[in-house]
Amino acid sequence: MLKGRSLIEPMDLSLEELDELLNLAGKIIENPAAYADVCKGKVLATLFYEPSTRTRLSFEAAMLRLGGSVMGFSSADSSSAAKGESVADTIRTIACYADIAAMRHPKEGAPMVAAMSTDMPVINGGDGGHQHPTQTLTDLLTIRTLKGRLDNFTIGLCGDLKFGRTVHSLIKALSRYENIKFVLISPEELRIPDYIREEILIKNKIEFKEVERLENVMDELDVLYMTRVQKERFFNEADYIRLKDSYILDAEKMENAKSDMIVLHPLPRVNEISTEIDSDPRAAYFKQAKYGMFVRMALIMELLGVEI
Amino acid sequence: MLNIDSVNKGLVIDHIQAGKAMQIYKYLNLDKMDCSVAIIKNAKSKKMGKKDIIKIEDKINLDLDVLGFIDPNITVNVIDNGEIIRKINLELPSAIENIVKCKNPRCITSIEQEIVNKFKLTDKEKKIYRCVYCDTAYEQN
Repeated sequence: MLKGRSLIEPMDLSLEELDELLNLAGKIIENPAAYADVCKGKVLATLFYEPSTRTRLSFEAAMLRLGGSVMGFSSADSSSAAKGESVADTIRTIACYADIAAMRHPKEGAPMVAAMSTDMPVINGGDGGHQHPTQTLTDLLTIRTLKGRLDNFTIGLCGDLKFGRTVHSLIKALSRYENIKFVLISPEELRIPDYIREEILIKNKIEFKEVERLENVMDELDVLYMTRVQKERFFNEADYIRLKDSYILDAEKMENAKSDMIVLHPLPRVNEISTEIDSDPRAAYFKQAKYGMFVRMALIMELLGVEI
Repeated sequence: MLNIDSVNKGLVIDHIQAGKAMQIYKYLNLDKMDCSVAIIKNAKSKKMGKKDIIKIEDKINLDLDVLGFIDPNITVNVIDNGEIIRKINLELPSAIENIVKCKNPRCITSIEQEIVNKFKLTDKEKKIYRCVYCDTAYEQN
């Protein structure tokens, strides 16, 4: 039971708890109307110290579709943080008004500090470059729903693997399942951090390889997780020009992909996935956004301990 | 060889890596003690070549976690009536609180000073401690 707990990082959940959560999300997808009133009378506070339209609206939509209410702020300027109030004091106050909170904060660990300061469940909605557990839950639900399993597949993670927190969380989460192979596609300077390589992949004897070009590995992948590579992340212009097209997914690259591969992206996309792919049945990134709402519905229900 | 009086009743912190005695002196707040404290630097050691030693002429409550965090190879000898009555071998503590600060400028502890700085041991072999809030590894130098 997750009732009364907080979700700060994806590994806070055991595999059994994760399964239970994803099962509930699956049931909600099948029959959303059955869950339309389960959170009636409950209030979700969205405490967003930095803007994130997508994540905040996904949380709010989730609570509204469960019949609950939402309140909150969407920038630090419009909260008492602007007056210098600590995260701990803010959450203690909010806990007087709300039943559950989702927090995004530019400083890493802020949602953990909040969770340690209150008995109200706190959900980390992204803390700096650190964790974004509901994105990971979204990714897991999407893979499980579309591929039918969370084990025995090869996943390619492409783009900025150094600073991309969604990538780090997803690697950690998938490393607990059987026979997952990772193909890590990035320029050399944007490879996964050493601690992910050593403390997660090598330590758990997980098969992985690091490559520079997406086009060379397309046919190996069951899942392709795209992220954006920003020009300013490259160390020099020459490397950027040499490699930039390799991190853009287009119809030509898709020709070499398996017919049942799925393409994921945490969104927002800029140009790393060509819009010509959008109509390809393997493009799953907009479905993924929808699953994000369903998994947040399941999470809110579990943390509040409400049942159908 | 420099001679320092033996401790009659107190503690001897031995096998300190040469050069680290002052760091330990600071971490253990020995500057605030009223009793005699001797710091011996670069003493000859069969095992280590050279080492530092701290002798404290009083039975104080040492924070063994602090010592273990700085160097788990240190030994602490408890002295009574001029004799060693107990040898304490240290180990790396599984967690430490308010001993060191997180150096990650993006960590919440960088802007909220009253938060307890906590680190947990994530890799015993490599002696890696990570901030519980942001997971940044603490680099010991």
